[in-house]
Amino acid sequence: MKPQPKALTILTVLSAVLFLGALGMVFLYAPLEEVMNYVQKIFYFHISNAWVGMLGFIVAAVAGVMYLVKKDMKWDIVELAAVEISLVFFLIAIVSGSIWAKPSWGTYWTWDARLTTAAILEMIYLAYLLLRQGIEDPERRARFSAVYTLIGAVSVPVTFLSIRIWQTIHPAVIGAGSSSGQGSFGMTPEMLTTMFFCLATFSVLFITLLWYRIRLGHLAEQVDQLKFRIMQ
Amino acid sequence: MQKKSNIYRPPSTYLKAIGAIVWKDLASELRSRELISAMLVFALLVILIFNFAIELQPNLRSTITPGVLWVTFAFAGTLGLNRSMAVEKDRGCLDGLLLAPVDRSAIYFGKALSNLAFMLIVAIVVLPIYSVLYNINVFNPGLLLVIFLGSTGYVVVGTLLSSMAVQTRTRDVLLPVLLFPVIVPVLLAAVKASSGFLQNLSMSEIWPWLNILIAYDVIFTAVAYMVFDFVVEE
Repeated sequence: MKPQPKALTILTVLSAVLFLGALGMVFLYAPLEEVMNYVQKIFYFHISNAWVGMLGFIVAAVAGVMYLVKKDMKWDIVELAAVEISLVFFLIAIVSGSIWAKPSWGTYWTWDARLTTAAILEMIYLAYLLLRQGIEDPERRARFSAVYTLIGAVSVPVTFLSIRIWQTIHPAVIGAGSSSGQGSFGMTPEMLTTMFFCLATFSVLFITLLWYRIRLGHLAEQVDQLKFRIMQ
Repeated sequence: MQKKSNIYRPPSTYLKAIGAIVWKDLASELRSRELISAMLVFALLVILIFNFAIELQPNLRSTITPGVLWVTFAFAGTLGLNRSMAVEKDRGCLDGLLLAPVDRSAIYFGKALSNLAFMLIVAIVVLPIYSVLYNINVFNPGLLLVIFLGSTGYVVVGTLLSSMAVQTRTRDVLLPVLLFPVIVPVLLAAVKASSGFLQNLSMSEIWPWLNILIAYDVIFTAVAYMVFDFVVEE
């Protein structure tokens, strides 16, 4: 068994330090928002969680395609790792968004494009895990889950688009969005800095977690092979 | 992955292979009437249950009808998709089909077309019964178009996923779980377009939904064509 690589240890420490820094920036550096006060503070981690969820979604889709092309089990491990991480982070994004939405929109949930798409994405991930559970042969499991990841990756943008046609009330923070978004706010430079710091922190955290999970996947594969050898 | 052979096959063989599979499915269905009768009875039961569950008041009918119809089609559809693939798997027919010297995607398109036929037959029977039961006219060429486009999108993805689901341990329960999250755009667009036609909205309000249906059908036909080989490969 290979010992834990040095770089991974460094990354772990770096994530922890950055995370403390991000917390400090959110609570000490970023100014209070005038209307929403402390409620707005959740925004920095909310958007970072959603960002990591998106990263995981993209990595999983790419890994799925790579598996179908290369037929190498390492891509299957990457894909599963990305899906699991994305599942957790999107869940946190949804929950933190709901906590924010209650005081801002007066309701925990609306059927807005981003909320609904995130919820459907969670369902796709859960279905993905159920699919994996139902197949014993590792090669077939890898093939089927890669196909399903691909279908999910193609359908989610269409889902988003079709729900977008219903009016959205989610505030668009960056770029063009509907002007009808409620609870949107102008960001001061300090707020922007904090936001980008949080995004960077969570990106590092994502890489760290992904690495750990891929390592775990490889180890699990080795254990399976050892078991197989003993059984023979 | 099995290498595609370089033997030249005239294009007509491909269409003939698709036709043969559709013909086989329709002929066996005509003799056994297992699948369609189950789908039909189930669809009618769903409509009855909706009647008790949400009390289809006359003033609400025109807004709720599209939703009720599409939920019915979606549920009955999974029944049909599951059965149609389980028959192939259980009696070893799928292996036989895969041994046939045709491109594997021909098998996919054959199964998808026969599944589409079953969906449309169910729709053709359910619509008039729904009209009579709830005294609402659902005969509208636009609605028929939406049903065709929506069923196509449903079946294109459903056939692919059902051929995956039958090869798993949890087969029957797995298909709806896999299918429904990725079919959301179809159901949403179909419901919206249907209600547009039933309420006589202007075409400018209906077109976005029809466009989504058409785009979904095209995209997923292409995706399924590309990945079906991976699903049936041994």
